[in-house]
Amino acid sequence: MDWLRLSPEEWVAVGLSIKVATVAMIASLPAGIFVAWLLARRDFWGKSLLNGIVHLPLILPPVVTGYLLLLSFGRRGPIGSFLDQCCGIVFSFRWTGAALACAIMAFPLLVRAIRLSMESVDPKLEAAAGTLGANPVWVFATVTLPLILPGVIAGMILSFAKAMGEFGATITFVSNIPGETQTLPSAIYTFTQVPGGDTGALRLTLVSIAIAMAALFASEAMARHVGRRIDP
Amino acid sequence: MGVDVAVRHRLGNFELDAAFQSKGRLTALFGPSGSGKTSLINILGGLLKPQQGRVAVDATVFVDTERHVFVPTHKRRIGYVFQDARLFPHLTVAQNLGYGRWFTPARERTAQTGLIVEMLGIGNLMARRPDALSGGEKQRVAIGRALACSPRLLLMDEPLASLDDARKAEILPYIERLRDEARIPIVYVSHSIAEVARLADDIVMLERGRVAAAGPASQVLLRTDLLADQERIEGGAILEMSIVGQDTDYRMTLLRSAAGDMRVPQIAGANGQTVRLRLRARDVMLALKEPQAISGLNILRGKVTAIREDASGNVDVTVGCGGQPILARITRLSRDRLAIKPGLPVYAIVKSVSFDREAAALAMRGPET
Repeated sequence: MDWLRLSPEEWVAVGLSIKVATVAMIASLPAGIFVAWLLARRDFWGKSLLNGIVHLPLILPPVVTGYLLLLSFGRRGPIGSFLDQCCGIVFSFRWTGAALACAIMAFPLLVRAIRLSMESVDPKLEAAAGTLGANPVWVFATVTLPLILPGVIAGMILSFAKAMGEFGATITFVSNIPGETQTLPSAIYTFTQVPGGDTGALRLTLVSIAIAMAALFASEAMARHVGRRIDP
Repeated sequence: MGVDVAVRHRLGNFELDAAFQSKGRLTALFGPSGSGKTSLINILGGLLKPQQGRVAVDATVFVDTERHVFVPTHKRRIGYVFQDARLFPHLTVAQNLGYGRWFTPARERTAQTGLIVEMLGIGNLMARRPDALSGGEKQRVAIGRALACSPRLLLMDEPLASLDDARKAEILPYIERLRDEARIPIVYVSHSIAEVARLADDIVMLERGRVAAAGPASQVLLRTDLLADQERIEGGAILEMSIVGQDTDYRMTLLRSAAGDMRVPQIAGANGQTVRLRLRARDVMLALKEPQAISGLNILRGKVTAIREDASGNVDVTVGCGGQPILARITRLSRDRLAIKPGLPVYAIVKSVSFDREAAALAMRGPET
């Protein structure tokens, strides 16, 4: 069973993938909740436009999203050069860029899950909280958020899973640099491009399957636990 | 303590244009559905922003559109009990009760949760979650939750409408205790004349967005012409009487007021206690001579003061008995046979059995505030 043992480089790819997906999921969560709230609870000019933009990465070819990221967040892109000069944040060809690409690709799934559960929360409960003295921020924190928690967890898991599998936008935006931007899918892709790489590709495929299954089980268990607390 | 409202608000085809003032302990906003009751109470609570007008409770102005004043709901400190209890499903009963208290400024926290829990009889429910409560229990917890934030005014929007009769009978005494003991003025929305007659000090009767009548309950409820058809058969006078004796053999209670003595099915209460009695107009018969050998136990002497004929051909006769108006509903035929006209001395006869529990056991306690 020696062929199952991962090489140090492969371990790096696995660790990097988990890091990128986790950072993408956590960093996009506040924005995801805010956008979901805007779409579920507010009426404003340009709402369908916002909805369209949020969902765009789901429909566009990932390569297009990656290329757009390269144009705007690359070192010479308008946002990229600004962030570099003002705060020293660089996305291009760094693992942070991979996280950005994953976050954007997974954003529609995150927003969708949270928005759906937010729409199922009765606004009358929020009004009741208002009559008890809670201002809108407290209403959200003490009533809305606990009630949408199963949806938030489902959205986070979806986002994580999507980020683990993201390939097209990542490789276009930040390339395939071992140890910096080479995530699991990029590593598998690299193995398939070299002679004799089959066993390596298979090893990492099994790892991918294991991580995906673990994420699914975790989300099921958490959703059940939270669901029992809210609505047994 | 007083509520002062004068607002105009247009919602599609519906126009609310209502003004009322109240100093009573329990003011009922009464009228058929679609008359604007809920819009008006939502304006009081801040859930609806009126297009024009002024809302004040005591000296605090909540809305004044001319001066661009609008105090948001969470700063009004007005308790609100909804028709659907709207308990937070993710919190226990105890946490629901504590929710508003947490947002109340410390120096204004006058409500004592222990007393509220005791008054509403919800002490044994504290650890449960709302979905493990019956409809009546939910509504009691909702009342407690509103009280626990030491409100300066309590709004109740049809709190009994979604409950069956048994549950209603379970909650009504608690609302009576609240009115008599909690010293928080209540604005109570209802379309049920039975509830309003039993609970209200003052009534604001609404009709298609306008105030059709307003004033003390005993006067407004005489206006049967303003009642919707299905409520009119429940209409009638309200008498405040004091208990003067209990007849344990026949299980009856003797009541006394300026209108005369009455016997009703037994009411638990001490002598001297005041009882509010709803005398439905359809339960009152009229006679020109004092009836002899008749089973009806209550015979009151009075004079006809007003006669009103409605569209269905029935006649509501107001009889003044010792200064207390009583309403009798008779047919046009009876009116013509007896030649009833204002000033005529008559006897009003009321069967004791016509007082069901709903109409009779209505003690009003505590001094007027």
